[in-house]
Amino acid sequence: MDSDVTAPPADGPDIRLDRVVKRFGETVAVDGLTVDIERGAFYALLGPSGCGKTTTLRMIGGFEDPTEGTVFLGGRNVTDLPPYKRDVNTVFQSYALFPHLDVQHNVAFGLERRKVGKNDVKKRVAEVLEMTQLTGYEKRKPAQMSGGQQQRVALARALVNRPKALLLDEPLGALDLRLRKQLQIELKRIQKEVGITFVHVTHDQEEAMTMADRIAVMNEGHIEQAGSATELYETPATEFVASFLGDCNLIDGDLRSRDGVVADFRTHDGAHLRVPSERIDPALNGSPVRVGVRPEKLTLLPADVPAPDGANVLRGRIEIASFLGTAIQYVVHTAGGEEFTAIEQNRLGGGVHSLGPGRDVLLAWDPAHSILVAKGGTHAGA
Amino acid sequence: MSTATVESQVRGGRRRFAVGARTWDSIRSKALGLWAALALLYLFIPIFIVILFSFNDNKGRFNLTWESFTFKHWEHPFSVSGLSSAFANTLEIAAISTAIAVALGTFMALALVRYGFRGRSATNLFVFLPLATPEVVLGAALLALFLTINVATGYLTIVIAHVMFNVSYVVVTIRARLEGMDTHIEEAAMDLGANEWTTFRKVTLPMIAPGVAAAALLAFALSIDDFVITNFNAGETITFPLFIYGAARQGIPAEVNVLATMILLVAVIGMIVNLILQRRKASSERPVVLAPAGAPING
Ligand SMILES: Nc1ncnc2c1ncn2[C@@H]1O[C@H](COP(=O)(O)OP(=O)(O)OP(=O)(O)O)[C@@H](O)[C@H]1O
Ligand SMILES: [Mg+2]
Repeated sequence: MDSDVTAPPADGPDIRLDRVVKRFGETVAVDGLTVDIERGAFYALLGPSGCGKTTTLRMIGGFEDPTEGTVFLGGRNVTDLPPYKRDVNTVFQSYALFPHLDVQHNVAFGLERRKVGKNDVKKRVAEVLEMTQLTGYEKRKPAQMSGGQQQRVALARALVNRPKALLLDEPLGALDLRLRKQLQIELKRIQKEVGITFVHVTHDQEEAMTMADRIAVMNEGHIEQAGSATELYETPATEFVASFLGDCNLIDGDLRSRDGVVADFRTHDGAHLRVPSERIDPALNGSPVRVGVRPEKLTLLPADVPAPDGANVLRGRIEIASFLGTAIQYVVHTAGGEEFTAIEQNRLGGGVHSLGPGRDVLLAWDPAHSILVAKGGTHAGA
Repeated sequence: MSTATVESQVRGGRRRFAVGARTWDSIRSKALGLWAALALLYLFIPIFIVILFSFNDNKGRFNLTWESFTFKHWEHPFSVSGLSSAFANTLEIAAISTAIAVALGTFMALALVRYGFRGRSATNLFVFLPLATPEVVLGAALLALFLTINVATGYLTIVIAHVMFNVSYVVVTIRARLEGMDTHIEEAAMDLGANEWTTFRKVTLPMIAPGVAAAALLAFALSIDDFVITNFNAGETITFPLFIYGAARQGIPAEVNVLATMILLVAVIGMIVNLILQRRKASSERPVVLAPAGAPING
């Protein structure tokens, strides 16, 4: 491989997709996707089934030609290069191990293609097998190993080549929950250890949040929003992102004024809510919006208690109160007809107190925790 | 009624049923054994007779009635005039046509399964056609073709004819193998730096090797065996089946039985070797979940 000759400046993005489109006949799998992935990042592509995650990854790996747009790896345009000329390696969801080769030869495959000397191959394979805790399995054929072990062989086979980036397509999808949790931690550890870029495709938001430094939320072939888990959770840009990552209570209405530090939002049933002006994306200008708030940010108060000063308040009636152990979850029917979920930490003990089903309550929250998103699934600005 | 009696009745009932089932089982397995033995007998009697008559000290030109035991036909099996050259022709033609058909057919199957191209479904149909067409039709049609384009029939036209029908068998056999193969495995090879040719050599071919071997064996056997198509297109060339057919009118020498026995022997040895190889492969690829002692198991 000629990675050394064309090594890009170390600070540029490692992987860049520029307005990439992929069509399969009538189906648009990827629809004008642009993304920059920084060197050394653990980057997650998160989205529902069929949103184009695999297709995006396959275009980075070189298995799929983009219909339009450009793919850059380390600053170099690789759009027309075959997979074997790209300095990235893939861990396939089905592992795709070579069934006729044992673990040693599976892992050595990439090095042998690059004419690495025999002794070096041995040494590097041994190293990577140790890192993936597979020492002692060298002579096994893939069919003689468990799913988790096969998964690690696939990882070792890719890592041993020290690629610029590792592409992982739902690598833990076929494993049971316990093993998945364990391998999530292991993957994260290995990524820190080798320091190369990981692009990790998943449809599991929890997995993305546990592992990734940055998450791109995909929907219908494009990226809705990219950012850290905190950014995506606390300041989602679209309704889709708000509801894909965790639960979000949403309510319709109009922005009345946007002067000063807080903007005035009037809900469809006439209640006034305050939203920090800095939360308002200029791109939202004029388009229909919704205000949202996360369940754990809500405080429930009996209807006859005065609402705290400066808080956003909605009236409602409790429909269901369920005791979850660490918390109590309420489903509240608001005056405007929405179903809000509220979660209160179980600090006082004793389960559902005075606030049982049928009680009239106030839902209050700090305006700073208000989320303002474009109505509907798509990003208003993109 | 107490639970104890209920239980004993149930158990008794079950025991009675079990006895009945066991008797029935033994009858069934004996009947099945007898049936299988009869079927095998049916298959093996002709073969046995062929072998037996290679040791017959026959009188006259025919070798149809048992006289007495002798080894003399085995001493110079190729001494009968024309027989050895016919036999050599057959083996040569089988080897050449198998090699060409396997080489062509493997890549045709690969193209049919892996690449979408214009006319793929038509090709799929045409490949199947020689398998479904009666041999007489194929043979006559080929002869007509050779006459039309003015090609003298002979050794070459036999090879061409054999390649033609063998390619179909090869494509069908290997295509089945390829269709069952995960395409991601080949992608993984390319991902790891293998170009198309290396991927084929190092990954695709080893994975379809059993299919290729089966296709080659089948093609070889079909070629050795073929009479009808060969007869149309042989010209002056004589193959083993043609020789036997021609000789049958004046009397079949016992050396024919010797050569037939030899072919049979080679085939049986080939099958045994194949079986052993398959066994060994199966045992090396059988899933084992146990970890070697001392190795970490957290997967
Ligand atoms: N080879 C193909 N031919 C035709 N359509 C395809 C092909 N591959 C993908 N698609 C379509 O493109 C869209 C995106 O597919 P993709 O596999 O990228 O989704 P995904 O996000 O990986 O989904 P999942 O989470 O289920 O794996 C889907 O509608 C799919 O049907
Ligand atoms: Mg996918």
